[in-house]
Amino acid sequence: MSRSSVLTFTDKGIYCPAGDFYLDPWRPVDRAVISHAHSDHARYGHRHYLATPQSAPVMRHRLGNIALDTLPYGEARQIGDATVSLHPAGHVPGSAQIRVEVDGEVWVFSGDYKPEPDGFCEAFEPQRCHAFISECTFGLPVFNWQPQQMVMDEINTWWAANRAEGRFSLLAAYSFGKAQRLLAQVDPSIGPILTHGAVEATNAVLRQIGYHLPDTVQVTADLDPSAYKGALVIAPPSAIGAAWAKRFKPAQTAMASGWMRLRGIRRRRAMDRGFALSDHADWQGLNDSIRATGAERIFVTHGYTEVFSRWLTEQGYDASIVSTEYSDDSLEQAEVAE
Amino acid sequence: MQQFTDLFRQIDSTTSTNAKVAALAAFFRTASDEDKLWCIALFSGRRPKRAVTSTRLREWAAEAAGVPLWLLEEAYPVVGDLSETIALILPPSDRQDAQPLSAWMTFVLMLADMPEEERKAQILSAWGDLDDTQRFVFNKLLTGGFRVGVSQRLMTRALAQATDQDEAAIAHRLMGQWTPQTTTFSDLILSPSAQDDLSRPYPFQLAHGIEGDVADIGPPTDWSAEWKWDGIRGQMILRGGEMHIWSRGEELMTDRFPELRKALDFLPQGIVMDGEILAYKDGTPLPFNDLQKRIGRKTVPASLLKSAPVVMQAYDLLEHDGQDIRQRPFTERRALLDGMIQDLPPDAPVILSPQVTFTDWAELATMRETSRDRMAEGLMLKRKDGPYLAGRKRGEWWKWKIDPLTIDAVMIYAQSGHGRRANLFTDFTFAVWNGNELVPFTKAYSGLTDAEFNKITRWVRANTQERFGPVRRVTPELVFEIAFEGIAESKRHKSGVALRFPRMLRWRHDKPAQEANTLTDLKALMG
Repeated sequence: MSRSSVLTFTDKGIYCPAGDFYLDPWRPVDRAVISHAHSDHARYGHRHYLATPQSAPVMRHRLGNIALDTLPYGEARQIGDATVSLHPAGHVPGSAQIRVEVDGEVWVFSGDYKPEPDGFCEAFEPQRCHAFISECTFGLPVFNWQPQQMVMDEINTWWAANRAEGRFSLLAAYSFGKAQRLLAQVDPSIGPILTHGAVEATNAVLRQIGYHLPDTVQVTADLDPSAYKGALVIAPPSAIGAAWAKRFKPAQTAMASGWMRLRGIRRRRAMDRGFALSDHADWQGLNDSIRATGAERIFVTHGYTEVFSRWLTEQGYDASIVSTEYSDDSLEQAEVAE
Repeated sequence: MQQFTDLFRQIDSTTSTNAKVAALAAFFRTASDEDKLWCIALFSGRRPKRAVTSTRLREWAAEAAGVPLWLLEEAYPVVGDLSETIALILPPSDRQDAQPLSAWMTFVLMLADMPEEERKAQILSAWGDLDDTQRFVFNKLLTGGFRVGVSQRLMTRALAQATDQDEAAIAHRLMGQWTPQTTTFSDLILSPSAQDDLSRPYPFQLAHGIEGDVADIGPPTDWSAEWKWDGIRGQMILRGGEMHIWSRGEELMTDRFPELRKALDFLPQGIVMDGEILAYKDGTPLPFNDLQKRIGRKTVPASLLKSAPVVMQAYDLLEHDGQDIRQRPFTERRALLDGMIQDLPPDAPVILSPQVTFTDWAELATMRETSRDRMAEGLMLKRKDGPYLAGRKRGEWWKWKIDPLTIDAVMIYAQSGHGRRANLFTDFTFAVWNGNELVPFTKAYSGLTDAEFNKITRWVRANTQERFGPVRRVTPELVFEIAFEGIAESKRHKSGVALRFPRMLRWRHDKPAQEANTLTDLKALMG
């Protein structure tokens, strides 16, 4: 790394020497700036955390009583010789790209991001910068998402058809992010919506800070499923395959994830349906977003890094791979969450 | 295309067999006769000739998508299916095509005769007119690999339901050498006549394997036993002065085995025999390896006819005097067969598969131990009063194979699978020690659970030493017990041996690589 590097890559995480802080570190550090509240990015054990006010309650819910300072979107904060600001990443509620400026040199760390507005979380805003550190979870040209409305229409049709036949619709989705995006977008006039406890706990946190979600009923031990025949049930993938889901009969199962774009993975999940709905940028989205930053230096992290950096190099970028510990093997992780 | 794509979508979005059959039956009730016929053809493996090579398709798709070819090649193993990779990589389209399947098949057939430039233009334009599911189906039609989770049996069942006919009768009508160009739906399914193809075989009866105690299948007096041969299952048909041989995969093999033609001189017309084609010399079967040399050769050189001659070893009679006798008990059919063959001179190309007489299971078990010496894989048990049924029916025929040969080997290469196994490392190359060197001797793909493949996949990712395209050389550390049915000398393999039906029996977590077997151990199994 040259002396002018705004950010360096260490075994604890991405580091800013000018401000002596880390970005989404995976080992305990003194000062951590956090892009979003998913557990591979917001980890236990740091002394001080900085995140958006929208991320803060979810992080407190997940990490307990932590020393957490908040920084609203778009507001600059001086840390040592660095100026830090957070900008919407469109991934989950409160998710941010982290912009760091030192002596007029601007680097941006994308965290996880999705350029397509989903009508629920804060919409992605591209940042002009000199160097851009981009995720590339779906950095292959076979990943092109269909418009959200099309996928939601499929989900609503599936749910309505199940309800007409007296079946439950069990939909597997990660309990923070995907679950709420689905809740915000399904058509609640089709029928009642039940949620797993892990999903409902996050719902409660988000409702409290002003995110609007339709009415949901948490599945508890004394809930009588027969009173909710034909309901949509949203739960983490691990619960759908487990004893927890057995109470809902008859039922159809489905999963909402970008990986469901692939038939082989859909079939391996052995679910009745797979809906390709992702909170990450697709191929076009990655390329457009990178172009929009105006950056010449691109660092790619978690995802199809080798292939994607080779592609970027051929496109004329100065691209290299940075190894991180964010859901390193994303496909494998995706078989649990996304 | 839309109706057929909808059918595909319904089949693909359910894991329930009943739902698949219902979707197919609905298609057979509503589609045009031409589309029905093509649907039957596609699901019974009757594909039109490949209109275009997969190499060209990859190039054209990459070009249309505006990405370099290497990028498509990188995406392919992640998707695990070329038709799907192409469908997903092409620029998104919201157009849908409403022409019937038969129109598309006519188009695919036409492509084969076009000059390449025109073929390319036609295919690119077709891609532009289809949405991504339609593209996937179209690519499957182009590349001729239409396997989408529906077996011929399910298709047959749906067709029987939709036309209100007997499933076995439908299965029989679908056999043989028809194509949608040579027949019509009505001739094939609704009004089969005396004009039926003289070469049409019967659906084969198949066996289940005995898993537990053989005595569980019933009293020994109910069962007839014979050796299970390791050859090519086939039906020999003598009708109308001609002879035809069909494989179990419904392939016409008559011309591959010219020496069997002599059967016409020895046997009466109007018969169909079920049996095993074996390489056979001086009264004993030759190893499967010798038969292997004959498979896939349409014309046989004289030297091979001499070194690896074949016979038909018959074990059942399905038609006699032009009459279908499949409903008669096995013992009756077998008696008729014996009467026809047992007194034939030694130069006849048809011989009897001998029956094994026994009084109790223990005696038969002892006999079974001698299988390998007789070049057999074990025993076949057939219910004496059983009819000849289509397919695999529990409790009728059993195969009672001998335990496989085994060797402990080290995994040295791994490759990811296709389709459902995309992204999972499931295809491995194994080696045994020769001094300090590991010599590869076989590949194996099956025998482990999904959970084990998941675990190995993680291990392979963490222990890759070198990549050659989709293949990874891994640290030689994991030991597996490899099971196989036979072993023979082979000049084509570096190890000097070729295995029959290799598979992974278990993962030897307890064994370090140094303790795997040696090439000498392996060769000792050739006996």
